[in-house]
Amino acid sequence: MRYIRPLSIEDAVGQLAGAAGPAAILAGGSDLLVRMKGGFVEPDLIVDIKLIDGLSEIRETAEGFSVGATVPCAALRENAPLKKAWPGVVEAASLIGSKQVQGRCTMAGNLCNASPAADSVPALVAAGAQALIVGPGGKRTIPVEAVPTGPGKTSLARGEIVEAILLPKRAARSGDAYLRFIPRTEMDIAVVSAGVNLTLDEQGVVTAARVALGAAAPTVLLVEEAAEALIGRKLDEAALERLATVCAGACRPIDDKRGTIEFRRKVAGVLARRAAITAYERAGGK
Amino acid sequence: MNFDPRFSGRQFKSVGTRPIRPDGVDKVTGRARYGADFSMAGQLVGRVLRSPHAHARIRGIDTSKAEQLPGVKAVITAADLPDLTNGDAAMFDILDNCMARTKALYDGHAVAAVAAVDARTARQALKLIEVDYEILPHVTDVDEAMQHGAPLINDAIFTEGLEEKPVKPSNVSKRTQYGHGDVHEGFGQADFIVERSFKTEQTHQGYIEPHACVANVSSDGTADLWVCTQGHFVYRQHCAQLLGMEASKLRVTSSEIGGGFGGKTHVWAEPVALALSRKAGRPVKLVMTRDEVFRASGPTSATSIDVKIGARKDGTITAAEATLRYTSGPYAGMWAEIGAMTAFACYRLDNVKTVGYEVLVNRPKTAAYRAPSAPMAAFAVESAVDELAKELGMDAVEFRIKNAAQEGTRSSYGPVYGPIGIGPTLEAAKDHPHMKAPLGKNQGRGMACGFWFNFGGQTCTDLNIGMDGSVSLAVGTVDVGGSRASLSLVAAEELGIDYSQVKAIVADTSSLGYNDMTDGSRGTFSSSMATISAARNAIKILRERAAQTWDIPVDDVVWEKGHAIARGEKYGNLAALSLKEIAAASGKTGGPIAGHSELVADGAGVSFATHICDIEVDPETGSTRVIRYTVVQDAGKAVHPTYVEGQYQGGAAQGIGWALNEEYIYGKDGRLQNAGFLDYRIPVCSDLPMIDTQILEIPNPNHPYGVRGVGETSIVPPLAAIANAVSNAAGVRMTHIPMSPPRILAAIEAEREG
Repeated sequence: MRYIRPLSIEDAVGQLAGAAGPAAILAGGSDLLVRMKGGFVEPDLIVDIKLIDGLSEIRETAEGFSVGATVPCAALRENAPLKKAWPGVVEAASLIGSKQVQGRCTMAGNLCNASPAADSVPALVAAGAQALIVGPGGKRTIPVEAVPTGPGKTSLARGEIVEAILLPKRAARSGDAYLRFIPRTEMDIAVVSAGVNLTLDEQGVVTAARVALGAAAPTVLLVEEAAEALIGRKLDEAALERLATVCAGACRPIDDKRGTIEFRRKVAGVLARRAAITAYERAGGK
Repeated sequence: MNFDPRFSGRQFKSVGTRPIRPDGVDKVTGRARYGADFSMAGQLVGRVLRSPHAHARIRGIDTSKAEQLPGVKAVITAADLPDLTNGDAAMFDILDNCMARTKALYDGHAVAAVAAVDARTARQALKLIEVDYEILPHVTDVDEAMQHGAPLINDAIFTEGLEEKPVKPSNVSKRTQYGHGDVHEGFGQADFIVERSFKTEQTHQGYIEPHACVANVSSDGTADLWVCTQGHFVYRQHCAQLLGMEASKLRVTSSEIGGGFGGKTHVWAEPVALALSRKAGRPVKLVMTRDEVFRASGPTSATSIDVKIGARKDGTITAAEATLRYTSGPYAGMWAEIGAMTAFACYRLDNVKTVGYEVLVNRPKTAAYRAPSAPMAAFAVESAVDELAKELGMDAVEFRIKNAAQEGTRSSYGPVYGPIGIGPTLEAAKDHPHMKAPLGKNQGRGMACGFWFNFGGQTCTDLNIGMDGSVSLAVGTVDVGGSRASLSLVAAEELGIDYSQVKAIVADTSSLGYNDMTDGSRGTFSSSMATISAARNAIKILRERAAQTWDIPVDDVVWEKGHAIARGEKYGNLAALSLKEIAAASGKTGGPIAGHSELVADGAGVSFATHICDIEVDPETGSTRVIRYTVVQDAGKAVHPTYVEGQYQGGAAQGIGWALNEEYIYGKDGRLQNAGFLDYRIPVCSDLPMIDTQILEIPNPNHPYGVRGVGETSIVPPLAAIANAVSNAAGVRMTHIPMSPPRILAAIEAEREG
């Protein structure tokens, strides 16, 4: 096994593209090292990207925010403008693992690990976040929901690295929220989760909405019908009821050690409803 | 030895105080040496190959490729652990469990092992071992295993305890029955009867330190074993017997222990490590992974229990009956029997009957888990008691007080009780502020009682007094919960010196006589008795030395407050001699001063507890939160109250995990789905409230200080107390442990739909 620490993203891409055997990217390592220890992956090459210039920065740009691939989730909480603009995204990233894990783990890693139960991903999908990808063929930007294609699988080509997560600029009267269900209070993986992102008009009517569900299907679900249930209305009881029903219906969960199909469906609706109420309040709705 | 163990009321100086434990600093700074922290020059890495199948015949094992891998020094199978058990069925089960012989009986059952120069080579070698399995049908559920036509796990097992010897083999290894009176008649007198069926899932002790050992077999036939265990003397006997060694040639040293809770009373990896070392001719370190600990150590039973209790309108229980089915893994057990004994032990009953069935399943061999078998029985009984109180319109505590056992009561398992603490713990619970605290929305309160026998057993200690007056106490009971501090307090108390002058250690098997394991809540109870005895023997010598120094009869010398004092008017001018002074002169007065003790600590007083808890249930998700928790338990005498409280809190914490989320989840293929702490959910710190404790002290008449064991009883009431609280909060009776969110939500929905 070879371990390298390239100083430029071009070098990292070149090393990954040219690797003969299985290669892995190391950012925080909170997924990779666990998988290696468990004997699930045995990479010949590990490319540690933490020394690459700029990857550990959170930048506020004209288009919004750019969160570098090696920014640990704990750093998101320390960034006041980001927290103010995207509280739901930050709270989602703050639920991963434990305090110690959050000092290492990254949102880009959470995305590329491609677990349907990843905590930051439903919030990012609801936020309409983009992934900035660098590869042998140059740069491209795609919606985050286009990165994972199934449990443990991504659309990234050989040699490609997610360089940053891009969050759009916030419209006025917007708010987001993320909730997940776990049987414990921490150190756990979502049984089911929901992220909701809303923008309101001056009367408190929802003008834009995105609703995403985690651990409810092989990939995170963007539920457009759920958004439609909210758009054009205030967050009245009927709208919330419709939201919960649509979300429960949109789930394609499995029965497993973490929960039953029936349980996940019901709780997906409950969480979507509760997240919507929080997002609405954060957007200034009453 | 003429040691009088009877309780004598006395004023304590050291006992009852809370000094820092002697092992504390090393533990919090990482210096303490646990099982895996010991290493030897030239040591190899041992790894075990385990069956991926729940039930399979082993047609053959080809180890040749693994043996040829460079760096591999030994490969063993069952052939390297020949059967030397000489008809001892229990020992044969232990042997077969350490290394499968003809059949793999559960997912995780060891089938072969290697010792190699490093972990990578050992792992590669395991992949090169070819096992030819014939997969057999399996059964993991307790009720399914009892059904006709269930896959048979061992065709040599015929149910014992039946009136007629059965003609067909069965997965039920034994039926046992306890009780007295006539339950049929008793139920006839009842105005109200509650009858319910309950299930509990299998849980693991969840000790944070995996099993680990270093084995070193010398070419002269002697051997050393450094190991994390609750009982190094028992490990020595078992390992020696399984390997065909004389026990005296095997020296076992116990490491610090990162939790055991009964799970380290049984050998798994140790005989394998010794066999590997014997074959390789080098020391072998064998450390189990967490996955191996879950799949292949000794979790507790899964159970299925039916309870029926009847009472008159005035609240008197007229009859109580229970049928208890406990899994024992793929070997015969005695777990249901213990459940049958403990089920109704809290109550004064004229008519009581319990029947236990030991059930074989394709799961790991059941081992003890803190008051083994009692929590499940208490869950079923205390749930039914609560329901019956409701039907009677009586307060749950008052109903229990009315029917509580007391001194002179014939217990449901036979013996007549001496002075016991069930009534006082109930009265204390009734008066506790917790009972009157207001409850919020979606919150419920529950309470329950629990009983445990406690055990004494064989104990041997040495107390040596150094020339500087320091006292070293060598005990043979492994310290699992602060017993070195407690025993130092006892030595200081008896000798009349300061705690800081005493240092207790756990001695190895070659340094002391035989000691039973630290189980049955016996560590502090039995070793404190032996320590008192040893100290009294040392005092006798101290008095003799003083008498010799003064040249007066020893009968005129008394021992008071750490000093020899000459008694009588004619010695008025003799200044008292301190322990330090006598020790300093010992070289000239007859040599070293020591006290020894060997005894069987009889009369471990039975122990009772009452727990109260408040739980909040989210009716939309089935999620639970423990809001408040209070433990009231009788300690006889709390030697070191902080560690007594620690035992109370620890048992409650484990009980909370068991009640709410912990369970072994098996797939249809009979494989364990959640062999790790991510999906086997023990509580994390933030899941628990501060667990309040109240120590009652009802002296045990059979111990000089009145001490009772305290370690286990605290895990008996929680399943029931929490089930009662959740049932009250959710408005529906919960009958299946753990009460995980999906189970609670399903029960609420079912209730809603009528």
